[in-house]
Amino acid sequence: MLDLFAYAAFFLVTALSYGIICLGLNVQWGQTGLFNVGVAGFVAIGAYTSALLTTPDMAGRFGGFGLPIWLGWIAAMLVSGVAAALIGAITLRLRADYLAITTFGIAIAIQLVALNAETVTGGPFGIGFIPRAFGGLEDRPIIFNLANLALVAIVTALLYYGLERLVRSPWGRVLRAIREDEMAAASLGKNANFFRIQAFALGSAIMGLAGAVQAHFIGFIAPENYVSTMTFQVWAMLIIGGSGNNRGALLGAVLVWALWSVTGAVLAAFVPGEYQARAAALQIVLIGVALAALLVLRPRGILGEEKMISRFLNE
Amino acid sequence: MNLQFIADGLIMGALIGLGAIGVTLTYSILRFANFAHGEFLAWGTYFTLALASGFGAMFGGSGTLGSLSFGWPVIVAGVLAALLTGILALALDRLLFAKLRDRGNAIVMVMASFGASMALRSLLEFIFTSEPAYFSRDIQMALPMAFGIRLTPDQLFLLAMTAVLVLVMERFMALSPIGRAMRAVSENPVLARIAGVDVERVIRATWMIGGALACAAGVMLGITVQIRPFMGFDLLLPLFAAAILGGIGSVPGAVLGGLIVGIAEATAVQVVGADYRAAIAFLILIAVLLVRPAGIFGVRE
Repeated sequence: MLDLFAYAAFFLVTALSYGIICLGLNVQWGQTGLFNVGVAGFVAIGAYTSALLTTPDMAGRFGGFGLPIWLGWIAAMLVSGVAAALIGAITLRLRADYLAITTFGIAIAIQLVALNAETVTGGPFGIGFIPRAFGGLEDRPIIFNLANLALVAIVTALLYYGLERLVRSPWGRVLRAIREDEMAAASLGKNANFFRIQAFALGSAIMGLAGAVQAHFIGFIAPENYVSTMTFQVWAMLIIGGSGNNRGALLGAVLVWALWSVTGAVLAAFVPGEYQARAAALQIVLIGVALAALLVLRPRGILGEEKMISRFLNE
Repeated sequence: MNLQFIADGLIMGALIGLGAIGVTLTYSILRFANFAHGEFLAWGTYFTLALASGFGAMFGGSGTLGSLSFGWPVIVAGVLAALLTGILALALDRLLFAKLRDRGNAIVMVMASFGASMALRSLLEFIFTSEPAYFSRDIQMALPMAFGIRLTPDQLFLLAMTAVLVLVMERFMALSPIGRAMRAVSENPVLARIAGVDVERVIRATWMIGGALACAAGVMLGITVQIRPFMGFDLLLPLFAAAILGGIGSVPGAVLGGLIVGIAEATAVQVVGADYRAAIAFLILIAVLLVRPAGIFGVRE
């Protein structure tokens, strides 16, 4: 019973960390209509940045500055955000799908650096001994998981509140105006490109934060965590929950992660060993088909986008 | 200095160019970046592999042709597989892209193609497992060419095949009625429709040609390297880089772009080692977007 409780807390921490990534993607796609195929790359930047800054010094590897975790989180947001701003400055002035292709490329490039720059990233073995939040409680898994759940829940709630304020602000309205009709927004004197870069950087900074949160919860990161399957899962979460809706982003994250965990556990329990790899492939096929079907049949997702207009217009 | 790497780059470049023709055509005519295009390469190759081993079982033996490592079964299977890959592309269009096209949001189509690519690739992994497969395990003697470069008979055959396919494609786009209709739609779809161009027919031709050429590129990779479910996905970035470098919509541009990407990758392997090979396409992409986003043969919009 207590084990189940500990697992539930563990599950929710992971699901909410995905929820944070979804909130970031919702700023980019849901509000501004920017298609980011490199989600996993920006999450990886955050995870590695924070890991390098906070791990204890280690022979044979750069970094290990032993800084506090909260500093790692802030640095993760900054580095991911700046990387996104650079990419955005190059591609966002061009055709819309060049951003998709470039972000796809940056995810591959980051994956390569993580795999091959062994003196910085630990190569294929990744980085271990990342300090965990509430690390002192590690020998009591229930308390440890609950404490982490409380922390991640607070971070998620703060982000949710902040983003809700932001999307209802004039800034948020400009983003949606650009998404719906760039020409009209430009004719009102809005620099569409600059707003897009801001939204893209903000969304990626949030993804970087999520990467750091995950790294400091698990205590270990490796390149294979940040492959295109992750990007794909996050997209499925946002589309299923309802893009353009922050509550939808969180709901989708919890739902899809639950579905993913349950099918994974069922496959592991009932499929014989030699067919496990095949069954795992089938799991991805099903989510891919579900995503494509949803785009055709119910593009609004479960919750759909809320209509948000200026509060001054209601008078 | 050993110039052998140029030969390897040429082979990779030729097959990237063949694949990029499909990317550039779908991009200019259907107006979206198709992330599922890499899967057409992989599916085409597995179609060929399945058919060729079927023929081998039916007619006995796996005869080879001259000094090539493969024989008629692979060639006939490849032609049939090209047709099947075109049909697969058409089916994907009918099931998915056609339904989204009417909504007029290109980015939703890009996203749908991303989902489709994930599903198609994992389906291959489900059927054939991620274990690499080969058309032939024979080792070929390379023949000396010029400047100390050696090519195997397979490589010579495939380079000649690419040259023929590219020439035929170029003449087809320039002279045939459907090729001209394709260029018209890529130039201006509304005007083309008013002028009486059958746009649906153009779209079907685009998928058939893109799928068939992707199959040819995949089989080239399968013969010279190996066959894996991820083979197409791993080539996606070089394909996009080649199409954008050549200029979206230009068939000769896609081939030239492919050759540049292929030779640049091979050169980089010589200079910095194989670890960062996959990043070269990304660097080329960024450089093109910074310096000349329209590409070599592209027109500024």
